[in-house]
Amino acid sequence: MSQPINSFRLPNGLLVIVEQMQDVQSAAMTLLVPSGGVRDQENKCGTAAILTEMFSRGAGGLSARELCAAMDNLGLQRGVHVGSAHINFTGATTADRLCDALPYIGRMVTQPHLAEDDFEPARDLVEQSLMSMEDEPRQRLGKMLREYSYAAPWGSAAEGELDHLENISIEDVRNHYSQNMAPDEAILGIAGNIDPGQIRDAVEAVFGSWKSCPSSEPGRGRLPQSPFHIEHDSAQTHIGLAWETIPYCHERYYEAWAAISLLSGGMSSRLFTEVREKRGLCYAISASLSTLRDEGRVFAYAGTTPERAQETLDVTVAEILRLHEGITDDELQRCKARAKSSLIMQQESTTSRASSLARDIYHLNRVVTLDEINARINALTTEQVREFAVEYTPKSMVLVTLGPQSLDPACVTSL
Amino acid sequence: MKFQQCTLSNGLTLIAETNPAVYSVAAGFFVRTGSRDETSEVSGVSHFLEHMAFKGDDKFSADDINRVFDEIGAKYNASTSEEVTMYYAAVLPEYLERALDLLSSLMQPSLRREDFDMEKNVILEEISMYEDQPSFTCYDHIMATHFAGHPLGQSILGSQASITALTADQMQAYHRSRYHTGNITLAIAGNCRFEDAVALAEKYCSRIPQGQPSRLLPPVEARTNSRLIVRESSLQQHIMEMGVGPDSRDELRFAAELLSVVIGDDSGSRLFWELVDPGHAEAADLSYSEYDGAGSWMSYLSCSPEQVAENLERFRKVFADVNANGITADELEQARNKVASRVVLRGERPMGRLSSLGGNWMYRQDYRSISDDLKSVRSVTLDEIRKVLDQYPLAMTTTVGVGPLAEL
Repeated sequence: MSQPINSFRLPNGLLVIVEQMQDVQSAAMTLLVPSGGVRDQENKCGTAAILTEMFSRGAGGLSARELCAAMDNLGLQRGVHVGSAHINFTGATTADRLCDALPYIGRMVTQPHLAEDDFEPARDLVEQSLMSMEDEPRQRLGKMLREYSYAAPWGSAAEGELDHLENISIEDVRNHYSQNMAPDEAILGIAGNIDPGQIRDAVEAVFGSWKSCPSSEPGRGRLPQSPFHIEHDSAQTHIGLAWETIPYCHERYYEAWAAISLLSGGMSSRLFTEVREKRGLCYAISASLSTLRDEGRVFAYAGTTPERAQETLDVTVAEILRLHEGITDDELQRCKARAKSSLIMQQESTTSRASSLARDIYHLNRVVTLDEINARINALTTEQVREFAVEYTPKSMVLVTLGPQSLDPACVTSL
Repeated sequence: MKFQQCTLSNGLTLIAETNPAVYSVAAGFFVRTGSRDETSEVSGVSHFLEHMAFKGDDKFSADDINRVFDEIGAKYNASTSEEVTMYYAAVLPEYLERALDLLSSLMQPSLRREDFDMEKNVILEEISMYEDQPSFTCYDHIMATHFAGHPLGQSILGSQASITALTADQMQAYHRSRYHTGNITLAIAGNCRFEDAVALAEKYCSRIPQGQPSRLLPPVEARTNSRLIVRESSLQQHIMEMGVGPDSRDELRFAAELLSVVIGDDSGSRLFWELVDPGHAEAADLSYSEYDGAGSWMSYLSCSPEQVAENLERFRKVFADVNANGITADELEQARNKVASRVVLRGERPMGRLSSLGGNWMYRQDYRSISDDLKSVRSVTLDEIRKVLDQYPLAMTTTVGVGPLAEL
């Protein structure tokens, strides 16, 4: 099912991966630049987020409005997002127009104006979006769960911290840009019905003069200790759980994927069946893999009214701990079927392919083809998945809750 | 892509847009029923019934349905709006038969009492979950306030009280009155042969009873109204406002759609440049919604409470200017290009086509290809924009707020 993939590196270090998809009409790109929130200075968490807000506010001699009009007229759907490791530029349009759109993305990346006048509005927007997040219990919980799971700055919120924003100046933002927004470790993934030769010429013209500036990822700092409860007058109690697993680059990753799939992959998965279908304890319940380059976690979530929250926590933890018990061939077969159809449907989406290409390079330094994923998943046996589940049964868990009342954490603290 | 349709022997309409170049196929039952078709005693029953559909029939148990959908790797779900309940699955072509077997069973669920009692808890949890999302709370209240006394004002989820009081018998009666062939369309988009789709539909849909349920379409009475839901501990204030727009059969709906993009798209629009770009608001949008026999403009503002008054003034100025002077040719062209690209990208995947296919049929018994939509978008003129503004000016009559403010 895989399509031809080409890759090349520009002299300044930018690595480019191009996948040709012949049956689609669109083309999409993802550019990962290693300048995300982990590189914010201490007490200035939010610098990368403000920088992210500033790219579209004028670049390469074009005003914000001119830039916006040019990209809209090319039908370019786009976004700039801040993550922990990267600032991520995405774009998608009809395949014939991607080469025309690239120069505008290029201006934002390599020649943003970062004008003094645009700093306050950008900081105000970051502040407003952080305040909105505080009002959304589930989002706020997700942010806390990450903070209690990965040591700082990897657990810190890339979106910023409200009480840090006033410490940040335009100079901090410009420094963040000049020290980190470099092509050396940047990755550009492109997928769609495009001609690789043309794309190569366009990429060289747009990013060839982007100046190299080596830098490195920060190490690990402090990790706060849970259980932790946030008092909040919400309708539901929001429960977050996390435990250690292997990262994406690990050779047993597909076993980890299958184990979490059994737990929370589809509507026949264990958490959905036991917590929602059999007991009616909640509407939303899920568990999914999160990965850094060298460590991984499972993040689980359940939202439920306060009177059912304790039972929800206890039942959820019990299901997680007994994951290795009674794994059947049918159960694994369902996970495989869901994976196969997702893989095939990925070929209908240039956006998801472009982002997978870039993500693979960051984590693995190579692209995993859809054929390879399919083969790895097909080869999984119940015995392998069971052994993995036994070996990686949580030995400790992070528990963060948000709601009107705290819960008895015994099921977690007794591990 | 090729469009074909037929009426099955029991009167059910099948519509299909087949495309051998894609890798998957999506199928969905679109039922013309939703919260607007409920009486106040059974408020929330359409949505609760949508959940109960997945609890099975004589052939499949609840576990079977979840299990078999997962066995075939389906991406499946259902949704309920004021006007339409849809049940859908996207699968690889070889699993279309299994998917239709399951989907059709959802149309005739057993509605067993023990399942009903258990699922009631899940619905009550879903209501609580949305209460914790301020923008959703705001939407629920603006619909109730703007369409007060009109069926469109009825809540999709219902309330804790209405759901608690609802009985399985009431749900049975509602199901018997709404799920008839004249009220349901089966839509299929993607990689399949039409003849196969017809044969499968005949095989699995014969149990759906014939009949043509009706729907009340009273006119919307516009009146000025406002309501504030006070949440003292919130940091941000959310404000939605609503006014009258063209309905789903109005030829001006494309012009209305483009106008909403020029004025209130989430980036590059007039509201964006006036409010979001300068950092006055986190969100400042305008959207257009079409309903059966009604239409609305809805604006949305999210900002810190101290900035609300100034920001609402900015909205009014933008609207007054547009109502008086219209938009420019450049703005219209930019919006056309934006929307055209969205149409193409969304249409690339069978799931994206399915909702457009079913939606057009539900509202207009009309098929529109991607090229038809592109043509309509391209052909909107400044005159038509003027016409929309004359008939449906951006004049909001209803205001709802959620957040710390007790008055505006």
